[in-house]
Amino acid sequence: MSGYEWLIGLAALVFAPLLGGFLRGIDRKLTARMQGRIGPPIWQQFYDFFKLIGKARAVTTKGSLMWVWGYLLLTMLAVYMLFAQRDLLIIFFILAFAGACLIFGAFSVRSPYSHIGAHREIMQMLSYEPILLLAAVAIFLQTGTFKVSGIFEHDGPLLLTLPLVFVAVLIALTIKLRKSPFDISASEHAHQELVRGVYTEYSGRFLALIELTHWYELVLILAFVALFWAQPLWIGVLLALGVYFLELLVDNIEARLQWSWMLSISWAAGIGFILVNIILIELVFGNVLRL
Amino acid sequence: MGLVAKARVKSPWIVHYCCGSCNGCDIEILACLTPMYDVERFGILNIGNPKHADLLVVTGPVNRRNVKVLQTIYEQMPAPKLVMAVGACACTGGVFHNCYNTMGGIDKVVPVDVYVPGCAARPEAIIDGVVLALDKLSKIK
Repeated sequence: MSGYEWLIGLAALVFAPLLGGFLRGIDRKLTARMQGRIGPPIWQQFYDFFKLIGKARAVTTKGSLMWVWGYLLLTMLAVYMLFAQRDLLIIFFILAFAGACLIFGAFSVRSPYSHIGAHREIMQMLSYEPILLLAAVAIFLQTGTFKVSGIFEHDGPLLLTLPLVFVAVLIALTIKLRKSPFDISASEHAHQELVRGVYTEYSGRFLALIELTHWYELVLILAFVALFWAQPLWIGVLLALGVYFLELLVDNIEARLQWSWMLSISWAAGIGFILVNIILIELVFGNVLRL
Repeated sequence: MGLVAKARVKSPWIVHYCCGSCNGCDIEILACLTPMYDVERFGILNIGNPKHADLLVVTGPVNRRNVKVLQTIYEQMPAPKLVMAVGACACTGGVFHNCYNTMGGIDKVVPVDVYVPGCAARPEAIIDGVVLALDKLSKIK
């Protein structure tokens, strides 16, 4: 604890969109390469962002704008709190509120595509929220605190004691990043049955704000993955980048699943893995690991 | 404003509407997205949602049944927006030019910026048309 955590948090707020935008650009480039195409330049996301800023204002409902801002600001708050090494549990709660803003925004317009997307987004939250909360509990049982700073003070990487929790977090990650096979609330490509799901009714600068929020979200999620190898942190960063590549690979080889599949996979496999991990550590190997 | 104008040229998102085409031109438009031509390298995405799109690509002679749909799609797009007529039917009505049920070219319904002739229009011609459209887009202040 050096007292400069708030400064790191503020720096993260400034640099996270840059990093997130480039990561999304790399995503598109790699996806194109995997499909045998050349693909857009890796700064393509920034072109898209500034173009959307310059579009004419077309608003379906004023209420939906408030939810967009809520989605952005709450996600920014979560990013700040993670990098300022605050309470992990509160970070996940704020993230859940941010996700709820997206849903309410989609429900505040009358488009049926938007509504289907919102229903599916609720299913997604139902799938990944228990995994994230239980992962926080598993980390608590290891470090004795919900604070992110506690993970840095904990000796030994969490990945070695919580490997099954890590696998469960990967499942939650795919849902949270809205990648195949779990891109059910907002299809990656809009010329599909869902159009663009929850984003259908947004246009111009408000779509740009949602894009900005996605960059924050991406950095937040990868930073959480990096926490599984917090000492030394560079291994954690490599781990996060490796996980991101794995996500892209899965995204490209998987078709979209139904929501019932998503729910059963995330609840059965995800929650099951975490519980098995906790039971193994607490009851079976507990005495060995504490020595 | 220079940044936005540059970004506009680099990221045209397309919504494609087929108003009664024989699917020849539609398949050629989809061919532009394949690894052979790969228009995504220029930032072009087939976005499928008029509210997100910058460029409306229309194929087929618009007829009395779908003229309303075409107008609605055009009106849903936020400015700045461009319209591209792909194929002989969309440009002039083509072989249907005197039919009682067609309007005879989409420029009777919405303002068209770029005409791409051909039956069916080749992917190279469509990409040429997009380049022309981008040229026009860059001049919008």
